[in-house]
Amino acid sequence: MGQITLQDVQKSFGPVHIIKGADLDIANGSFVVFVGPSGCGKTTLLRLIAGLEDVSGGKILIDGKNVVDVPPAKRGLSMVFQSYALYPHMSVRGNIAFGLKMAGLAKQEINRKVEAAAATLNLTPYLDRKPRELSGGQRQRVAIGRAIVREPKAFLFDEPLSNLDAALRVQMRLEVTRLQKQLGTTAIYVTHDQVEAMTMADKIVVLNGGKIEQYGTPIELYEKPANLFVAGFIGSPKMNFISGDAAGQHGASTIGVRPEHLKIASNGQGWPGTIAVAEHLGSDTFLYVDAGPIGTLTARHVGELGLASGDRVSLSPDPGRIHRFDDKGSALRN
Amino acid sequence: MARVATTRRVAISTISAWLVGFLIFFPILWMVLTSFKTELEAFAVPPSFLFFHWTTENYATVQERSDYVHHAINSIIIAGGSTLIALLIAIPAAWSMAFAPTKRTKDVLLWMLSTKMMPSVGVLVPIYLIWRDFGLLDSRIGLVIILCLGNLPIVIWMLFTYFKEIPKDILEAARMDGATISRELIYVLTPMAVPGLASTLLLNLILAWNEAFWTLNLSTLQAAPLTVFIASYSSPEGLFWAKLSAASTLAIAPILVLGWFSQRQLVRGLTFGAVK
Repeated sequence: MGQITLQDVQKSFGPVHIIKGADLDIANGSFVVFVGPSGCGKTTLLRLIAGLEDVSGGKILIDGKNVVDVPPAKRGLSMVFQSYALYPHMSVRGNIAFGLKMAGLAKQEINRKVEAAAATLNLTPYLDRKPRELSGGQRQRVAIGRAIVREPKAFLFDEPLSNLDAALRVQMRLEVTRLQKQLGTTAIYVTHDQVEAMTMADKIVVLNGGKIEQYGTPIELYEKPANLFVAGFIGSPKMNFISGDAAGQHGASTIGVRPEHLKIASNGQGWPGTIAVAEHLGSDTFLYVDAGPIGTLTARHVGELGLASGDRVSLSPDPGRIHRFDDKGSALRN
Repeated sequence: MARVATTRRVAISTISAWLVGFLIFFPILWMVLTSFKTELEAFAVPPSFLFFHWTTENYATVQERSDYVHHAINSIIIAGGSTLIALLIAIPAAWSMAFAPTKRTKDVLLWMLSTKMMPSVGVLVPIYLIWRDFGLLDSRIGLVIILCLGNLPIVIWMLFTYFKEIPKDILEAARMDGATISRELIYVLTPMAVPGLASTLLLNLILAWNEAFWTLNLSTLQAAPLTVFIASYSSPEGLFWAKLSAASTLAIAPILVLGWFSQRQLVRGLTFGAVK
């Protein structure tokens, strides 16, 4: 089991409020991603759940039991650190076995579990090496091995892939997701990368300035962002925001249109503009269009589009995909 | 042209390194040489460097007149004991200040060091009286306690700087892995800090081995270590340079050998963290 509930969790360092009251319900077996810009408090929130920091207020329940006074060792969680934090003086085997040794398991039992975990992570040939003799990806695997071997109630991941190169990151992303589904263990994953968040999560927590802005499935956040922050943070390229008369026509102070929901035509209805930059990726074309009083708009077209910078285009939003926000930035629903 | 300059520079720095090394080593060399001279040659002017009548009679006399082994055993017990106890106290102290610092950690560290700023003689009378009342005068345990207390600030400071270099993440990982604080210290922190611990241990051992103020003042015979053994040759009948040198050579020999074999560890520890 691994159900985690936060009730009005607060954290301050001296006079600085890092977490300003977080309420959250994480279902057993789900993969939840904390995402937000740097300094939003996502790592702090994870460390509060881990017990590496003490809460300043509120409750953290694991399987219904308040654990705010329980030391990290007794919470039954395991954590994968950004720096991997492997024990440099121990072999891979020693690293993976450490938690089991601390739990006082019998030697044979430890060996069996370590070898099973190593097999799952393709680490068997490296069991007797020291961490410094491994590549970044292998070290990451050892860190994950150390986490899974203890069969914890939940995994906590603190930006585990940010030190890997781009190709390896995509591969490890898949492996982590697959492993989590296979084990069915609750996972909380911190990242600043919204692509990681969207691809890995069952549910995403968007944090900003120590507050939870929205909690929902990736598609909910994409289709129904609760406010301007979430709308701008989720989705790549970023959503276009338009204020003024164009927004007023829709009864809002700001409207948002995602680049993929702008129809590109060489002329006709919509917002006229001049292409400033055209990016051709083959699979997609991104246009950065100077649309006069509307501002600069980003448009995305699937496939190749034979347009170049300096060409005149007109952009019309998909009427069903316009997001409306009030003057406080909250989403307006019909 | 550039190559010539480089060669010359290398030559100059090599020669100056040897020169400085020789200057530092010279007193020890002179002491060893003197120990093989007769008392007359020992203070001859001008002194003879190598061409004198070599003799080992000083060593024989020293061994005959006082019990070297008795003093050496005392030195080992006092230096070793005070070092071990200091480490046992300093490891948890340095750990807590390095990994759980508070606003006052810096003040605590400075306060500890400040106790070293006072000359020992300033507290000689009170310490002497306390030691007398507790029956610690001329006892090994009394010397172990005073040397341990005297070196503790330095040991804590050194360990604190080594511990600070260890990434906090690794200790947190151990905590997440279910290690209690004592196990975290034993299985994770201590093995990672071995170079630092080793050089702290060695330095403290040398300091305690050579400590002369407290050992001379608080011991007479029973607990007297090698420092007292050396000092006994400068009084009261007058100075016996050759015998004094022989006693000194015997006294520093064990620590010299130890230092020689552990110099790699010592250098590594003292430059720990300076080079990635």
